[in-house]
Amino acid sequence: MNVHQSLTTAQPVAPLPSISLASGASDAMIRFEGVSKVYPAYRDKPSVHALQAIDFAIARGSITGVIGRSGAGKSSLVRLINGLEKPSSGRVVVDGREISALAGRELRLAQRSIGMIFQHFNLLSSRTAADNIALPLEIAGWSRADIAVRVEELLALVGIADKYDRYPSELSGGQKQRIGIARALATRPNVLLSDEATSALDPQTTRAILDLLANINRELGVTIVLITHEMSVVRQLAKEVAVIDGGHVVERGHVADIFTHPRHAVTQAFLSEVIGDSVPVSLASRISLQPVAGGKAVLRVQVRGTEAGDTVVARLSRELSHDVALLSARIDEIGGQHVGSLILGIPGGEAAAGQALAYLSQHDILVERLGYVA
Amino acid sequence: MSRELINLIVQATGESLFMVSVAALVATVLGLPLGIFLATSRKGELFAAPPANGILGVIVNAARSTPFIILVVAIIPFTRLIAGTSIGSGAAIVPLTIAATPFIARLVEAAIREVDAGLIETASSFGASPLQIVFKVLIPEALPGLVLALTLAVVSLLGYSAMVGAVGGGGLGDLGIRYGYQRFMPEMMLAVVVVLIALVQTVQTAGDYLARRVNRRLRNR
Repeated sequence: MNVHQSLTTAQPVAPLPSISLASGASDAMIRFEGVSKVYPAYRDKPSVHALQAIDFAIARGSITGVIGRSGAGKSSLVRLINGLEKPSSGRVVVDGREISALAGRELRLAQRSIGMIFQHFNLLSSRTAADNIALPLEIAGWSRADIAVRVEELLALVGIADKYDRYPSELSGGQKQRIGIARALATRPNVLLSDEATSALDPQTTRAILDLLANINRELGVTIVLITHEMSVVRQLAKEVAVIDGGHVVERGHVADIFTHPRHAVTQAFLSEVIGDSVPVSLASRISLQPVAGGKAVLRVQVRGTEAGDTVVARLSRELSHDVALLSARIDEIGGQHVGSLILGIPGGEAAAGQALAYLSQHDILVERLGYVA
Repeated sequence: MSRELINLIVQATGESLFMVSVAALVATVLGLPLGIFLATSRKGELFAAPPANGILGVIVNAARSTPFIILVVAIIPFTRLIAGTSIGSGAAIVPLTIAATPFIARLVEAAIREVDAGLIETASSFGASPLQIVFKVLIPEALPGLVLALTLAVVSLLGYSAMVGAVGGGGLGDLGIRYGYQRFMPEMMLAVVVVLIALVQTVQTAGDYLARRVNRRLRNR
C-alpha cells in the first residue's frame, strides 16, 4: 500500500555540522580522532569495517547516548573507550590520556578509572553481592579493611544494602544490575560505560535503573556513555546523542535537536519507534488516493517543538473557518520538546486542503497529504 | 573367609588408595595448569599462544590414546629413573600419574571453557591481569566443574590401578587377578570387586556433594 511508503519518505540527508558535542578540546572527557576499526578476515569470514572515520568528543560530566541498530558498531565503539579493543587507526583519548596507545600494566591502571556495566550483568556466580562489588578493589590491591568500608558505601548508593550476602542466582535482574553498577563505580571511575545495560530488564526496572544512573551522574559527576538500541533509554536519560549506522556517526548533537529535526533515515526510524509514524490500520484502510465527494483531505502534520503542535488544530480551524477533525495523534516529549505527529481531516474540498497546506508550510510546519476519506 | 585373606584385602586396599591418591595429587598439580593453559591459549584468548597450544594438544592426545597397560611397560626406564625401581606400588605411581595428567588437563580445559567469556571481558574491563583473571574468575567460577572433573579422574585412576599388578604394583586389581583368577578363589574376586565398588561409590558421592556445595548457580541447595 502506497500510504506507508509516502509516510516514510525522509528528508534529504544534510551534511553534518562541524560542531562537536564538547565545545572545546579541554572539557572533552572522551575524544575519538579519526578512529577506524577493522576486524581482519578470519577463515571463511571476510574482513569487517566495524567503525570508519569516527571523530567526536564526549563532554566531561555529560550523559551521552550512542544509539544504533545491532551491528552498527556500537559495541566496538564502547570497547575502544576502555581499551578492551584497539583502533585499527586513529586515537582514542580518555581524560587526557591516549588509551589507544597504552598496553599492559599502564592500560590496566587506566582501566580502573573507567567503569563498565553490561546487558547480562556479568556477575560472578561464585561470589555474593558484596564480594562481586569487592572484585575490582581486590584487583586494584586495596586492603581488606578499605574494601569493607567502600563496599558498604556502594551497597547503600545503589540501594541494595540488605542483599549483601546474596548470590546472583538469588537476585532479580534489577538487583543484579544494581550490583553491576556498584561494582563499576567501586574504584571511583570518572567514566561509566553502559553496554545495553537495561536491554534485559522489564520497562519498570529499566526506569528505576536509568533513574539511578541519572542520580550517579548528578551526584558523582561521572561521565556516562550509554550504548543502546532503544530509543526510550536515550530519551529518558541522555542529553547528548550520537546516532551510529554502518560504522559511521551519522548524526550527533543535543537529544532535543536531533530528534525534533532528524536528518538521517536511521534517526527517523528510531524516532518513529517512539512517536509511531504509521497510520492506525483502521484509518489507513479507509484512505483513498482519489478525492471523495463531501469527504475530507487527510494531512499528516509533524509536531516538532513545543510551540507548533499545541495549537495547530485550533489555528487551522480558525484559518479555514471549518472544523478540522483530529483523526489520529501521537505526541511524546524528548529532551523537553514535543515530538510527534497528528493526522488531520480537512473538510471543504480541494480548495480548503490547498489553503491548509499553504498555511502550514508558511508556518514552517512539516506536512504531507496522505489522501482522502469519506 | 580366613583372617589371612581379609588381611590381604586390607593391605591391597591400602596400596590402591596410596597409589591412587598420590597419583591423583601429582596429576592434579600438573594437569590443572596444563588444562587452564589449553583452555586459554588459542588465538585471541587470555594467554594466546596458538603454536604452544597446538603442540601441547598433540602431546596430550598422544598420551591419552596409548592404552594404559602399554604405557606402564613402555615407560619402565623412565619409572626407574624417577622412582629408583620399576616394581612395587611406589613405582606404579609414575605411570598412573602420566596417564592421569593429560586426562585431568582435558577435563579442566572443558570446565574452564564453560566459564562465560563475558566474565573474562568484565574482569579485563576493570584492569585485571591475566593471572588475576585465572585465580579470581576462571577457577572460582569453574569450581563445580573442576570438582566433578577430579572426581572422575580419581574413579578412572582406581580402574587403572588394577592394571599395575602387571609390574608388581600390588593393589586390589592385582589381588583379584592373582588370587581370584589364577588361584580359582571366586570369593576373593567377589570381595575385591565389592571393595572397588564401595570405593568408587564413596568417591563419586563425595565429589557430587562437594560440587553441589560449591555451586552457587543453583537456587535451592
